[in-house]
Amino acid sequence: MSEHALLRVDGLTVGFSTEQGPVRVVEDVSFELKAGHTLGLVGESGCGKSVTAQTIMRLLPSPPSRIDAGRILFDGKDLAAATQREMQKIRGDRIGMVFQEPMTSLNPTLRIGEQIAEPLMLHRGQRRAEADEQVIGVLKQVGIGNAERRLLQYPHELSGGLRQRVMIAMAIICKPKLLIADEPTTALDVTIQAQIMELLKALQKELGLAVLLITHDLGMVAEMCETIAVMYAGRIVETGRTVDVFANPHHPYTYGLLTSSPRRARKGERLPSIPGLVPPPGARGQGCSFAARCPNVLERCRIDAPPLIALGKDAAACWNPVP
Amino acid sequence: MLHYLARRLAASLLILLGVSIVTFGLTFMIPADPVAMIAGRNSTPQMRDNIRIQLGLDKPIPEQYARYLGRLVTGNLGMSYARKSEVGPLVVSRLPPTLLLMLGAIIAELLIGIPAGIYAATRRGRFADKAAMTLSFVSVSTPQFVLGLTLLYLFAYLWNWFPLGGYGKLSNLILPALTLGLAGGGWYSRMMRSSMIEVLRNDYIRTARAKGMSEWRVTMKHGFRNAILPIVAMIGLDVGIFMSGVVVVENVFGWPGIGQLMWQAIQSLDIPVIMGVTIVAACFIVLGNLIADLVSPLIDPRIRLR
Repeated sequence: MSEHALLRVDGLTVGFSTEQGPVRVVEDVSFELKAGHTLGLVGESGCGKSVTAQTIMRLLPSPPSRIDAGRILFDGKDLAAATQREMQKIRGDRIGMVFQEPMTSLNPTLRIGEQIAEPLMLHRGQRRAEADEQVIGVLKQVGIGNAERRLLQYPHELSGGLRQRVMIAMAIICKPKLLIADEPTTALDVTIQAQIMELLKALQKELGLAVLLITHDLGMVAEMCETIAVMYAGRIVETGRTVDVFANPHHPYTYGLLTSSPRRARKGERLPSIPGLVPPPGARGQGCSFAARCPNVLERCRIDAPPLIALGKDAAACWNPVP
Repeated sequence: MLHYLARRLAASLLILLGVSIVTFGLTFMIPADPVAMIAGRNSTPQMRDNIRIQLGLDKPIPEQYARYLGRLVTGNLGMSYARKSEVGPLVVSRLPPTLLLMLGAIIAELLIGIPAGIYAATRRGRFADKAAMTLSFVSVSTPQFVLGLTLLYLFAYLWNWFPLGGYGKLSNLILPALTLGLAGGGWYSRMMRSSMIEVLRNDYIRTARAKGMSEWRVTMKHGFRNAILPIVAMIGLDVGIFMSGVVVVENVFGWPGIGQLMWQAIQSLDIPVIMGVTIVAACFIVLGNLIADLVSPLIDPRIRLR
């Protein structure tokens, strides 16, 4: 496996124009993902992780969204500067995407087989009838039995878990190099969550996929991702190898997240939580966005936003890190 | 499915029964004595009494209705006062031109409304959208006789592209169908636009984009099928709107359909013809809605007819 980055996001800044004026949602986000590796992008709702993912795919309508700065280098090509026509060739072919809502992400009026075959028809110039064999193959690959019959079914005839498998099948049928999974298990039952995660892990190994996993489930990151990037209020506040960050979190936010995870709690004690709320985009003043909720806050934090600073084995954006 | 059809047919019969009661009541609301109409101006009270007894109009009203319904079931719509001929065959002979006109009008309004609506939806908020919606507003709010006469004046009288009216050739059909179709097309473009905008917000549209589909194919393949559903239901209801539209349009263009027949009947207070046309029109409205309901599950498999 080559060691150069398959995906390198560099200083990505994304804004939205709203009625109250332009608002920064993602600010100076940088990370890289090597071919065949897995990166977990973690954070609370509204921290900008989904916007980051959809910006990589250039799926956000513009206007209102706008890439204000930065590059998205995928296989050497800057997607931030690509035209929609160029993006159409890349989407579904070299980058696949799985979304959070399997119940609404499939077209209710088209058969499953038709929907899974579409990327082949678009990118491989196959006709519908030719695609069937491969569609059945990919359905088996994502663990859907009785594939020949499933092809002819409509989305409403399938359960949430099966629909998410169908979404995954659609995303990988053209054998992409990169799979972006945006909260792929959030909307599913707990038992199904584990199955989908196992499936993603298996496919990642089998196909040598690079996976960008967007989630707020730290457990999932621990099991799937070699590296982690923690986002807070539009910025990456800590990043490093997952084992290192979990063993020794430096940013007070990461520390708070990890200690409020039920897996770490001791029986009989109340789960600790982080007081306060994430400041909404537009209400993030100067200085560190976490300052208002931070137990380690210094005077400097309120004035000056910290950059990512190498600390031990990882990097955190903090002036007063947890030792 | 069979169960559904049976239930729908039963409901349709009930609706038609209601229509028959209303049209029957019409006879008593119109300030004209049918007996005097039949007997003519120079009749004596004796002659009128004879006719009254002959027609059974001296009987109590419920009995009159029962006899009327009895004849209706056998397809007997009575005798026209003005024409002295049977209403049933008269209405039937006027049906083909009206059905042809309706077909032409539906084709016209779909050809105008659906592309305009899709176009406006994909150019939402821009100039093309605003222009299309302004035009549709104008076409919806123009009275049909004004539109019809304007089209006649421009395309038939001034530029001679089409005949001034009449029936028999395709060129006769274009202007009246366009008159009905422009107003309908205005409606459809607005419905199609809002329906498409709604549909394009769905998650599965994002999925289609994530597959690398062009915006045009996303709209036409994933958007259209879902956005067209309310339009299909609307076509069914449209039959009713057309049934009233043809009365005006057929008279403007001299189109020999049931609309013209209705107009003439209203002018001469020919009540049996008014009743006959109303009932036949009601049958078609009921049929139109039924067809629309049967087509919907073919487009959206989630719709189950129960």
